[in-house]
Amino acid sequence: MTDPQKPIPAITPQLAPFLEGAKRQELIIQKCGECGTYRFPPRDLCSACLSNKSAWAKVSGKGIVFSFTIMHQVYHPGFAAEVPYAVVLVQLDEGPRITSNLVGVSPRNIRIGMPVTAVFEEVSDEVTLPKFAPT
Amino acid sequence: MSFTPNIAVAGLGITNQGKVYDRNQVGLAVEAVRLALEDAGLERSDLDGLLLNPGLSWNDGGMGAFQLQQALNLRDLRLSATMNAGGATACAMIQHAAEAIGAGLAHTVACVFSDAPLKPPKPKDAKDGKGSGSASAYAFAGGLDAAYGMFGINARYAMVAQRHMHLYGTTNEHLGTVAVTQRQWANRNPRAQFQDAPLTMEEYHRSRWVAEPFHLFDCCLVSNGGLAVIVTSAERARNMSQPPVRILGMGQGHPGGDPMETLTSGAVLAGTQAFRMAGLETKDIDVVELYDCYTFTVLVCLEDYGFCKKGEGGPFIADGKTAPGGALPVNTGGGQLSSFYMWGMTPVSEAIIQLRGEGGERQVDDAHVALVSGNGGILSTHSTLILGNQ
Repeated sequence: MTDPQKPIPAITPQLAPFLEGAKRQELIIQKCGECGTYRFPPRDLCSACLSNKSAWAKVSGKGIVFSFTIMHQVYHPGFAAEVPYAVVLVQLDEGPRITSNLVGVSPRNIRIGMPVTAVFEEVSDEVTLPKFAPT
Repeated sequence: MSFTPNIAVAGLGITNQGKVYDRNQVGLAVEAVRLALEDAGLERSDLDGLLLNPGLSWNDGGMGAFQLQQALNLRDLRLSATMNAGGATACAMIQHAAEAIGAGLAHTVACVFSDAPLKPPKPKDAKDGKGSGSASAYAFAGGLDAAYGMFGINARYAMVAQRHMHLYGTTNEHLGTVAVTQRQWANRNPRAQFQDAPLTMEEYHRSRWVAEPFHLFDCCLVSNGGLAVIVTSAERARNMSQPPVRILGMGQGHPGGDPMETLTSGAVLAGTQAFRMAGLETKDIDVVELYDCYTFTVLVCLEDYGFCKKGEGGPFIADGKTAPGGALPVNTGGGQLSSFYMWGMTPVSEAIIQLRGEGGERQVDDAHVALVSGNGGILSTHSTLILGNQ
């Protein structure tokens, strides 16, 4: 369990399939029912073909670090003990980019292009968050 | 190319900037318009258009222009709109005014920005935020990004800069050069919040990190203040108090997609259009006033306007050519990093000051043509003005 003071995302209708998937240790994102393009964060319509047909689909959980930043400023007390910490943008093999954290690597050793794989971290009884670890 | 409206900026009003606590955003906007009218030698009744870019403190500000009209007691306007394209709005408002004037739909338009996000410091014994109910105090921290500790635009922009560094070899020394040279300009600007604070490269590197690769001095200021310009036909402007500053070219560019992928702003599209309309090239520009929410944005926009090749913004400015006395003066008032942050109105106002020859200690010799940019979101929206005094 991580520091319980960190903000925990609400299980909104939009995010529910993603968070429920994470609870089952699966990375689940939207996939267009028309053209098959994956997308994240959730959106009503596909930006590639504008179809409103979509389903949630399990993805490989594999990707690369597309970019990252090391946060030094405390914006929320839940992160006060962790600064400086890194936030990464992972490009999934399926295409979409997802904001997350890396586990098992110090911020100084993060590199753009580093291959990573999804791991799952339980942050409350209800919510598990996908994070990533170096592959 | 065929549309070359003969439009000019005839008035400029700048309120006190920075820690101004004695009035709110509406009061600051009213004062900016009053100052701009005085500057142009006009009365309120001479205005028939009002465009407002509401800052953060206007909240959603949807009816801001009407609110401002009432506060100014303006009657029978023929043009009114609240506009928001982020940092691209200032130049876009002036473009919209020029289009309306060119089409005969209005003749004299005030374009206004104001904001008052800074609050007065609390007395020492007042309770700080620590004990207050964190649920309400951190209501902004909803959603997934917050769960990962991703807060604010600094972090997202920093990720774009990180990729620029990775792909092109841009360094913190390059970013620092922007911060240091702009501070040199600010030290010559009596309106600059940092006029009395020189900045060395060593101090830049020592300044605290906000979100790597951004130090504190890579990020723009926050200011309370108001700023207005009066746009009218060049013909009318000739009978007003100030030497007219003509609009030679203008354009917008909103590239869409993911800037993290392209590392490119809308300046490519907006600049091409504006240069074509003006019949000018980068070598014809005497002063460059770029929207600088971050040091990094200056490098990207110099690349995207074609002052140097893509990816070479860092090495391009490393020799100090953008500093006072340099071959390509950039952000000659200190910019939003070091003078004051009125969204895109800061670069607009500095171009007007330079083209009028009112720059005092920071005046650039023979400044006849200025390039002004506005850049909103994360390289998301962009607008360009090319202004001239001849």
